[in-house]
Amino acid sequence: MSENFEPKIIGFMCKWCTYAAADLAGVSRLQYPSNIVPIRLMCSGGLEPSYVIKALKEGADGVFIGGCHFGDCHYQTGNYHTNKRFAILQKLLEEMGIDKRRVRLEWISAAEGIKFARTIKEFVEEIKKLGPNPLKKEA
Amino acid sequence: MAKPKVAIYWCASCGGCEEAVVDLAEDILKVVDAVDIVLWPVAMDFKYKDIEAMPDKSILVSFINGSVRNSEQEHIVKLLRQKSQLVVAFGACAHLGGIPGLANVSNKKEIFEIAYKLTHTTVNPDNIYPQPVTEIPQGRLTLPEFYDTVKSLDQTIDVDYYLPGCAPPPDLIMKGVETLLSGNLPPKGTVIASEKALCETCPRNKTKPDKMVIKEIKRIHEVIADPEKCFLAEGIICTGPATRGGCGERCINANMPCRGCFGPTKEVIDQGAKFLSALASIIDANTEEEAKKIAEQIIDPIGLFYMYSLPTSILRRKQGV
Repeated sequence: MSENFEPKIIGFMCKWCTYAAADLAGVSRLQYPSNIVPIRLMCSGGLEPSYVIKALKEGADGVFIGGCHFGDCHYQTGNYHTNKRFAILQKLLEEMGIDKRRVRLEWISAAEGIKFARTIKEFVEEIKKLGPNPLKKEA
Repeated sequence: MAKPKVAIYWCASCGGCEEAVVDLAEDILKVVDAVDIVLWPVAMDFKYKDIEAMPDKSILVSFINGSVRNSEQEHIVKLLRQKSQLVVAFGACAHLGGIPGLANVSNKKEIFEIAYKLTHTTVNPDNIYPQPVTEIPQGRLTLPEFYDTVKSLDQTIDVDYYLPGCAPPPDLIMKGVETLLSGNLPPKGTVIASEKALCETCPRNKTKPDKMVIKEIKRIHEVIADPEKCFLAEGIICTGPATRGGCGERCINANMPCRGCFGPTKEVIDQGAKFLSALASIIDANTEEEAKKIAEQIIDPIGLFYMYSLPTSILRRKQGV
């Protein structure tokens, strides 16, 4: 593995919480790695498991999913569905021979810019330790 | 006028699709009247060289069942593609990869080791495995090469239409044959079945509660299913919500839940992921621990979510093997 491996991480984030937290981190001028490519969703519950699988298949080194804390969902139950889908998806990925640590789910509210910056930093560190996604096509 | 020529071929399959053709019963006479069968290895004696000698595009339609997992199958389907105007993927294995496609959790080496070494009825002290070429004093013997990864038909050749099912039901086969012979062809890529999910036509749909919530996942052999009630409402896994309808609900009527042999509907790219999503949303779990506990109850997620469609899923196979 090369010394300067910079992972590419796809972030699926709920517009009401984690995406707003990313905005807050930005306007607060918090420092965090630029490895994450944020994709805004109306709700983390709208995240199809196939998006995550597709991102990994296309060579993303990690997939980050950000949703609202339990009880905070703008649509009442979206994040509860995310939670259940994530649990089963993790089990499926493991069976399919993909390291489940490459997919991470966190609940981050719109007020938690600091938590967002810290989480991304931690996740990037973890993916750097795991190394590049073996599914990545040779450049 | 000469009758249109038709070929029927099998690749990695169980023979159930061939049986389905015979299951047309009296209708098969209509088919035989209307067409000239030029290749059907399971039932009639034709040679590959007869096909090779035919002009290109001289066969109207080739019905090919089974997935593609060795070099002979690949060679013949490519030959049939060259000689045929239309190719129909016949049955779940040709359409989606099917049950043989589950071999994609393994590879050639592991499969050979189990089949030719580890099974209790096998005695193989010299570790002899099939080889594509073997030289013996009398000459050279060849066998088709076995591949690591099972493919669906359309991952090997261009496919015009799909007749889904394990095996395709006789009414759909007749519909398909009649459509092709009529010359009034549907758009390329059409799956000859319903465009809606199985639940739409399921006779048990009316017993579905307004809000479906399950606390425990049950497997069909562990319980005696109510013959009237929606399987999912009882907690028995049924892939109906993520499976194309049109099968005639044969399994449901035999009190067995759907396993997904018709594949996903047109809009879905990964049947397993879609069903995972549907199943998760009816589970009653409100914390991360509860969700994990229910996920643990899913034994063999690949076999459950991708029973017929592993080779045509996004990942296609288990990684790292």
